[in-house]
Amino acid sequence: MKPNPYRTERIAFTLLLISTVVIILPVFFIVFIIIQKGFSAISWEFLTSIPKMGMREGGIFPAIVGTLYLVLGTLIFALPLGVFSAIYLTEYAQDNLLTRLIKLAIINLAGVPSVVYGLFGLGIFVIFLKLGASILAGSLTLGVMVLPIIITTSKEALDSVPKSFREVSLSLGVSKWQTIRYSVLPHALPGILTGIILAISRAAGETAPILFTVAAFYLPKLPHSVFDQAMALPYHLYVISTQVPNVEVKIRYGTALVLMMIVLSLNLAAIILRSQFRKRKKW
Amino acid sequence: MVEKGNKLNARSLNIWFGTIYALKKITIDILENEILSIIGPANSGKSTFLRALNRLNDLNSDFHFEGNIFLDGKDIYRDISIGELRKKIGMVFALPVPLPLSVFENIAYGPRRHGIQDQGRLSEIVERTLTAAYLWDEVKDRLHTSAIKLSGGQQQRLCLARTLAVEPDIILYDEPCSSLDPISTAKIEEAMLRFKHKYTQILVTNNTKQAARVSDRTAFFLMGELVELDLTENMFTCPARKETNDYLSGRFG
Repeated sequence: MKPNPYRTERIAFTLLLISTVVIILPVFFIVFIIIQKGFSAISWEFLTSIPKMGMREGGIFPAIVGTLYLVLGTLIFALPLGVFSAIYLTEYAQDNLLTRLIKLAIINLAGVPSVVYGLFGLGIFVIFLKLGASILAGSLTLGVMVLPIIITTSKEALDSVPKSFREVSLSLGVSKWQTIRYSVLPHALPGILTGIILAISRAAGETAPILFTVAAFYLPKLPHSVFDQAMALPYHLYVISTQVPNVEVKIRYGTALVLMMIVLSLNLAAIILRSQFRKRKKW
Repeated sequence: MVEKGNKLNARSLNIWFGTIYALKKITIDILENEILSIIGPANSGKSTFLRALNRLNDLNSDFHFEGNIFLDGKDIYRDISIGELRKKIGMVFALPVPLPLSVFENIAYGPRRHGIQDQGRLSEIVERTLTAAYLWDEVKDRLHTSAIKLSGGQQQRLCLARTLAVEPDIILYDEPCSSLDPISTAKIEEAMLRFKHKYTQILVTNNTKQAARVSDRTAFFLMGELVELDLTENMFTCPARKETNDYLSGRFG
């Protein structure tokens, strides 16, 4: 029998559609189940009070604050370092062995499992640099983890600025640094911002890197300085789900919901920014 | 030694991009206030020569060269800083490249970077350069709209005005009219002829008729070599070399 090309096409399209739907389903179920089971836990008190009764009651305020501190600390380290090295790599670095080695290292850094970052942070920041388990050590560890994200997205954003802008600016006798400052960075900024927000959501959601470097099992007060331990949402979720018996289901799912809302809203911000960027891109 | 009236001298200039030998032993003296046009088929090294003069080839990591270029008797690699050189030698590119800024800010871009912040002076520069580039009347009411909204011909005149705004001595044109309609082309040419008393101009063009219309002297490049350089009228009436004749009469290129 001769194959009918139109029937083949229908089969192919159906397969493609099914695969797409199968991809959407888990996302849908995750969101649905977490909202269904966790929404009733969300209250002003849950968000703003400290955990009580061995985390079986009360709120998750210290974990929210800890996560926000960690994200902020991560950015303080990774943002300048990542953006500056991306600028260096795209604008200044010659194409030589060292540069290629650096680029290779960045790509590999992105592939390192997060628990390895945790172990690395424990070895370097907590023990060797004697920072102890602290917000500082955790931020540094998360910072190293998100560096490749920031560098890669920033590099892409810088590369997407047309070469002709640089040529025009240089041909007017403008210095290279001013050219970067006034003719390249402003047009790359939205792209860089998108990378930063992706880095934030990664830093907010990871458990393994903070496991050995900062996260406190139970700490019913807010940290006083960067040398204090802190609770953090992902680790708190792990603790109340597996380490503490008899925690109400809705508290666990409520915590997951809060974490997810924080990460999702950051991702949403990234998407909105990116679409703004595309609208403004007029060359 | 440099003779009087010489503005720019290339001496045995050899240029390579990696292993490609792009310019071969070019020696040219460019006279003050002349319009020199450079013609030749694609890949003959015209643009490479032009971009050597303001050191724009340096952006290419494969680029290396031998020989010397002198601006007013000073070696452009040893005696002048790259910023100063490029301020003195402006360039208009083949495709109009307005920066994604307003008309005003496009012109003010160069002066601002060179330290002029006074709004009154900037306005004066914008009006003067736009007038010189025959664009003022068309854009004076929309100085603060995006330069990208201008037509192609207007954009190219904006680029010319932007080049004028940093007060160069020399203007390089790299096929400035290749994407323009005849009327815009005529305006650019008119501006070029008007600039003669003030600037030294070098025009790379694929349009031999344009070279004949505007330039005092014409150089013919072929495969990276300078084949012939003569007064434009001589070149177009009785070229000395057979290759030039063949090119001008359309037998190749």
